[in-house]
Amino acid sequence: MTKKVMLGNEAIARGAWEAGCNVAAGYPGTPSTEILETMARDYREVKSQWSPNEKVALEVAAGAAVAGARSLATMKHVGLNVAADPLFTFSYTGVNGGLVIINADDPGAWSSQNEQDNRHIARAAKLPMVDPASPAEAKEFTKLAFEISEQFDRPVLVRITTRIAHSQGPVDLGKREDVPLKPCTRNPRKFVMLPAHARLRHVFIEEQMIRLREYSCTSGLNRIEWKNKKRGIITNGVAYQYVKEVCPDDSILKIGMVWPLPDDMIREFASQVEDLYVVEELDPFIEEHVKALGYKVTGKDLVPLCGELTPEIVDLAINKKQVQKAVPDYTGDLPGRPPGLCKGCPHAFVFNVLKKLDYTVNGDIGCYTLGALPPYGTMHSQGCMGASIGMHLGFEKARGDEAARSTVAVIGDSTFIHSGITGLIDMVYNKGTGTVMIMDNRVTAMTGHQENPATGYTLMGEPTHELDLEMMVRACGVKRVVVIDPKNVDDLERVIKEEVAAREPSVIITRRKCILKK
Amino acid sequence: MKNVIFAGVGGQGVILASKVLMEVSMKNGFDVKESEVHGMAQRGGSVDCHIRFGKDVASPLIPKGGADYIICLELLEAMRKLDYLKPGATLIVNREQINPAPVEIGAMKYPEDIEDFMKKNFAGTIIVDTAEALKEAGTKKALNIVMLGCLSKFLDFKIEDWESAIKALVTEKFIEQNLKAFNLGRGLV
Repeated sequence: MTKKVMLGNEAIARGAWEAGCNVAAGYPGTPSTEILETMARDYREVKSQWSPNEKVALEVAAGAAVAGARSLATMKHVGLNVAADPLFTFSYTGVNGGLVIINADDPGAWSSQNEQDNRHIARAAKLPMVDPASPAEAKEFTKLAFEISEQFDRPVLVRITTRIAHSQGPVDLGKREDVPLKPCTRNPRKFVMLPAHARLRHVFIEEQMIRLREYSCTSGLNRIEWKNKKRGIITNGVAYQYVKEVCPDDSILKIGMVWPLPDDMIREFASQVEDLYVVEELDPFIEEHVKALGYKVTGKDLVPLCGELTPEIVDLAINKKQVQKAVPDYTGDLPGRPPGLCKGCPHAFVFNVLKKLDYTVNGDIGCYTLGALPPYGTMHSQGCMGASIGMHLGFEKARGDEAARSTVAVIGDSTFIHSGITGLIDMVYNKGTGTVMIMDNRVTAMTGHQENPATGYTLMGEPTHELDLEMMVRACGVKRVVVIDPKNVDDLERVIKEEVAAREPSVIITRRKCILKK
Repeated sequence: MKNVIFAGVGGQGVILASKVLMEVSMKNGFDVKESEVHGMAQRGGSVDCHIRFGKDVASPLIPKGGADYIICLELLEAMRKLDYLKPGATLIVNREQINPAPVEIGAMKYPEDIEDFMKKNFAGTIIVDTAEALKEAGTKKALNIVMLGCLSKFLDFKIEDWESAIKALVTEKFIEQNLKAFNLGRGLV
């Protein structure tokens, strides 16, 4: 079999392609973005697309699955929050063609606003979740996830973390399976979730959960590696690799299917080892389950709850082994190197003006969040995709419309389309008088230059309708709309002052191509 | 198992350098794993790649105290990696200062004693001056490959393997320039 070194995310695209996946949709978000980029680049027979947000992406993938195709949705952990509404009910409907959702968690918050542990979502939505420990497993588990999906009539979550998504390793290359479309018939009791249907489906998915719990023990996704039985460690994902490295003599229960957990296998393991440990990143998800099964186990008492794990963190926690430093500590001050806006970045012109005006700035998610850092230091708030406009309206509701005379919301083109539009509709509908700045740099920049509905191109590189942002905001009911090149800083300052002073909703579109865009 | 860290500033090309090393290691029959940084951290921030090759590699991350070679494309970034050095390891650092934001805005000073500190406290330190080599290669962008050339002198792989890996991974029109950069790098250590 041919082997190739691949990024975890490339391996996932390969796995879906080999499984005969036909439709793939997602929204860019580190550390998940390269999955669909790889798909569009290397596996052209899969119809791949960027959707405006994760909710729509999951709906597209679910539609394709109901229509009989194997389909894939990809997103980062916080993206699954956006897609949670369809997720929880598609759990009830189940699938026709296999439906696999890739969820990329980010322990350490390398490129994220939080460190949420989405294993909880699998449990809450009653969905099977697999959790690979290497790029090779990422490919195999993705393939298997399609089988599980069709066998058990469940959408399946594949959970990866940054150190799986963005690590490389050898992957076995297989052939693409030829999976024909399944017949698609009208079946409202399964696919139309009226309350009467939903109640019945709930019973079905609870029954499936029992079968899946058995599968979790027998499928090989979870396995016991017996060594010395003095100490036994239950572990999952990349943490398994750290444990294998720093505890080479201990017995390991490797969890590859993290929901439902393999109860009988846990019992078998726990009852045969003297001291039982769980080593997992983020929350005590497995640990609490093991405790609920009635076993005494050591986990988060020793292993950090916050941040990502590393081999030496596990070594210290479990073996009490300190790092031996070859070089003494430097006693001077080392300046940090925080990320920053590029030289010539169009956002920098805007933030220089906002800094000068000393306005209250409600920010959003993108490169421009860096406007919060020196030398700009302009931002007061930033939470999630699209939040800037709703929060901007909330500021005005709380502090009165005089406060809106020195406040702006800043949001990027792609983020505005993702989930800013509804905020703007709210601002007009509920009589806000604030100013929204759409920083339109003609690309989804932060995640590495993806197309979006306003760029005029699809993920597959085809020309398409270019969403007219100006027409869009006018249709929301905004009458004061100015489009300006932010490089003209004097004009920009004048325009911002005028629009902020006006006692009616206004939008300033600062349009200038990202400096890195060719 | 050998453990190599490439470190530098976002945009310096540490990921490409690590890809070439992985390719060469695979070709020579080793298992290999690597870990890298994407996304927000890349916007001019500190970046690194961990590469491990050997008979059977588990963790993609090198533990602190576990690196055999650290190749650093910038002085200050080398200082952040010293905890990863194994006793007896080799630390190759490009003599270049790229001011981070706190220095640019005057909030902090760029430490002046970096070279002295490393040389004094770690016997395996090699500071290289790449300016001439880059001039000769004709592009500053080949710094990553010059540094890879330095590393290649310490690893037991054939020149042809390095060269074919570079050919496989570098954009076609830059291959000649990069092969030259690689060989110039070999001449620096």
